Parts: sequence; C-alpha cells; structure tokens
Amino acid sequence: MKILVAVKRVIDYNVQVRVKEDNTGVVTENVKMSTNPPDDNAIEEAVKIKESGKATEVVAVSVGEEKAQETVRKALAVGADRGILIKADGILEPLAVSKLLQKIVEKEKPDLVFMGKQAIDDDCNQTGQMLSALLNWPQATFASKIEIKDKKLEVTREIDEGLETIEINIPAIVTCDLRLNEPRYASLPNIMKAKKKPIEQINASDLGVDTSPRIEQIKVEEPPKRKAGIKVKSVAELVQKLKNEAKVI
Amino acid sequence: MSVLLVAEHNNKELKPFTLNAVTAASQMDTDLHAVIIGNNCVDAAKKLSELPLVKKVIQVEAAHYENFVAENFAPVIVKLAENYSHIVCSANTFGKNLMPRIAASLDTSQVSDIIKVISTDTFLRPIYAGNAFATVKSKDPKKCITIRPTSFDPCESSGGSAPIEKAEPSEEFNNTKFVKREEIKSDRPELGTARVVVSGGRGMQSGDNFKLITSVADKLNAAIGASRAAVDAGYISNDHQVGQTGKVVVPDLYIAIGISGAIQHLAGMKESKVIVAINKDGEAPIFSVADYGLEADLFEAVPQFIEELNKLNTIQK
Repeated sequence: MKILVAVKRVIDYNVQVRVKEDNTGVVTENVKMSTNPPDDNAIEEAVKIKESGKATEVVAVSVGEEKAQETVRKALAVGADRGILIKADGILEPLAVSKLLQKIVEKEKPDLVFMGKQAIDDDCNQTGQMLSALLNWPQATFASKIEIKDKKLEVTREIDEGLETIEINIPAIVTCDLRLNEPRYASLPNIMKAKKKPIEQINASDLGVDTSPRIEQIKVEEPPKRKAGIKVKSVAELVQKLKNEAKVI
Repeated sequence: MSVLLVAEHNNKELKPFTLNAVTAASQMDTDLHAVIIGNNCVDAAKKLSELPLVKKVIQVEAAHYENFVAENFAPVIVKLAENYSHIVCSANTFGKNLMPRIAASLDTSQVSDIIKVISTDTFLRPIYAGNAFATVKSKDPKKCITIRPTSFDPCESSGGSAPIEKAEPSEEFNNTKFVKREEIKSDRPELGTARVVVSGGRGMQSGDNFKLITSVADKLNAAIGASRAAVDAGYISNDHQVGQTGKVVVPDLYIAIGISGAIQHLAGMKESKVIVAINKDGEAPIFSVADYGLEADLFEAVPQFIEELNKLNTIQK
C-alpha cells in the first residue's frame, strides 16, 4: 500500500501574525515558517502505518514556492520515503491545490491520501474534501483514529456533537485532526539521511491546471481591538462587577 | 438567480444554527430556497417551511441520507445548483465536511466561514485564527459559501408557510458506510448558542477537577467549554473544545478558568461580549482579552466564586 501525504508550509503557529500596512496581506518576510500542524499528524500517521508493515511507501507532496521544499524535507526527516514539490507562486486557492494533487494522484496511484484537516493560515478547511470530490473517492474528515482493515479503513471523526465512526473503502482521502497522534521530532541522523532522499520538482504550469485565483482579495485588515479590561483584586469584586457593571449575572 | 440553503437537521428537528445560516443566506439574495436532505425528515421539513425568510423548501428523502454522509449529499445539491447562484450552509463540522465536495464538483472556489455579507459577491472572513480579517470577492458564477453561525442572528422561526417540493434522491455512494455516532447528551445549553460559557484549561490539572467548572456552570446555567490542551489531556471530550480548530462561541459571558490563552484558543472566544479570566499567571495572554481578570490560584478562587454566586442567588430569591 502506498500513502501520499500532502503538507503545506505556513507561518508557524506560535507567531503573532501582523497585517501589512498597505492592507494587501499579512507580513511573511522574516517570519518563522513551519509545516501546517495537522499535516504533521498526517505524516506521522502514514509513517506509523508503514512501520506497522501495512504500507510500503510514504510520499510527501507540497504545493507552493521553492521554499516549500523545506516542508517536504521535514516530512522526509520523520520517515517519508521521497518527496514531490509542485512549484507555484502567488495565492493558491484550495480548488487549485486539489486539482494539482489530483494530477499527482493520477500519476502516483496511491491507495490513501492523507493531509491536515485545515491549514492554519487561510483556515479554509477545503482541500481534502475537494480532492475526494474530484477523484470521486470516499472522504474521512477530521480523523482522530484510523484503523486499517484489509481494503477498508475504519475512521473515528471528531464532529460538533461528539464522535462519529465511518468505514471507507480504499482508495480514500483522510483529513487529520490534531488528536490523531503525537507527531515525532526528527532526529539529527534522520535529518542528515533526509538530505539524500529524492525530491522531484514539477512546475504547476506543466500539469495543465489553471491555478489563477477565483477569489479576489480586496483587503486584509486588523480585526477590531477589544477595549482594555481591568484586573480585579478579589472574587467578591469580580462578582460585584459582573452583576452591577457588566450586568451579565 | 436565487440562493439555496442546505439545512442542517437530525431528521426530526432543525439544528439551531440552520436559523443563523438562513439569516446569512437571505442577505445574499432574498429569493431564498432551502433544501433538506434526510430520511423520514418530514417534521424538520415542515419546520423549515415555517421560517418566514424561506420562500420554498426542497425535500429529498432516501434511506441513505439518514446519517448525513457528504458523499451522498453532494450529488443532490450539485444537481439542484443549476438553478441557483449561491449555495450556503454553516461552517460547522456538517458544512465543512460537505460544502467543498459540492464546490469542487461545480468548479467553484469556496469562500469559507464568512462573518459578514458585504454584497452579493463580497464577504468578510477571518484568517490566521482571526488575527486578520480579509474582504474577499468571489468571481465564480456560482458561489459556495459557508457562514460562521455565531456571526449572524438566528432568523424568525415561525409564521411562514413556504411550499414544500420533493426532489429525486441521487444514487447511494457505496464506498462510504456510516457505522455509529457517539453523541454526548446533556441537559445544559448547547456550547454554540449558550448565553454563558464556562471553560477550563490545562490549569485544571485533571478531569476530576473539572467538577469545579461544572459547579460554576450549574450556577449560571452555562455551557461547558475547554481549551485544546484540556481536551488533549483527556480532562473532557472533544465536543467541548473552543478555538481555531474547535468551536467558535460568542456568549454574553465567557469565563476562562486555568486557560493561558494561546492565539488558537482566543480565535474561538474573543468575540464574546464579556470575558472573565481566572489564572494564577499574571502574564498569561488570556488577560489581554479579558474584561475582568483575576490573578489567583483557581483552586482557591473558584470555590469562593461559587460561594459568592450562591449568596447572590439567595438574595435574588
């Protein structure tokens, strides 16, 4: 079994994001970039499945600028066997990314495609579902547990009401929740080894996909600021304020 | 052209957020139709037809719609979409799972999780966990939009009498099978719509200590929330998680207890009207959004808080 894992390079989750002064986007210069957190869970799960003997190859793929190669390299350092970088500049919407991934799926013919449930930059939560629609494959979104049963997967999904379990036939798409597993850190020897693993580079334009944005970003602004609050000295004062000032209890 | 709203329901009743989604959809175009897909969902369809903003209800029923599997839902909506300019549903786990499947089939670039309708094609949406707001204009001929329910008021729920039309179900998608759903039933208000939310974080130190949160919630008839750290640690189940990858809540009063306030958590609660933080770390980022901050050990402060609330109740009686 072969697993393709899609990983995205995003602003690190610990960075306090700042809006550009000209309102065209957010500041990305000199900002720490990392793998989108739930994509780390996707890689981890694929590697664990391979280690259990149920998969033979894990391929990491990313779509983006040249530097997204670092994100693919990190996936290789935690256990992916080889990488693919689809090079594309500018804003890439999930629809364009899923069409590019579809081309890679047609070429690589994986049994499973894993990715994070949501990217923490655009917060779209679309790519996995779109890819499964394009391929007409089953989808298991927001997965917090995956069990492989022959040619099927049993997946526990985190939904608003609690948990849901579905069974999907392979080939399938799974989008991963942060609670799926505990992603490992890359060890130094594995980081060194990853440098020798191959990363194939493909230009998005060579895949015959129109990636031009369909959504015009008119402006990006700071959200309205909350007015500064106060610190109360005691529980009694807190209750008094809530009752008489805020009038919420 | 008109707007098609995808109703969320449990085959008997509409889910509360359907009313918020109707409000948002009606702001895109007042010619608003709603589709309800399910199994034996005639009661829910009737309730949908009673919403005054809904001009027509389309009811699609089949056994394979019983459990809301997106692979079964999407083809029906894609077929109906030829008559509509906008397809709309809530950006909760139902809509997040479903809408991109519809959008990709229609070759549309979806606009997710909008918090404001600026015009028929232009919307406001938070990005980067709400640290920036983007104004975006969809250039696709058909628009697929998910709306953040807590950013729109629920619509009027009675007085309407829209006609209910039946539409043909699509074939069953055989590669996905529903197995089970484990819903946590509770008499408390729903987290998404509660007037008061009391949340606990890693500072609670154990699932057992969450009893303190429960006691406060009992006093205030509140829903119970949690930070991701508390859910990850197993103190409480995932349906309580508030934040970027959990639920977004906008109660009148949000009480954060033992929550440090990572940006991912703030993304889910910072629009609350009044925020209270109780934390022993005076530097915790939660205090930057709190209207009332109490720097104290929660294990001393929360029992006192419960006591003060008890006194208050006695006086009110």
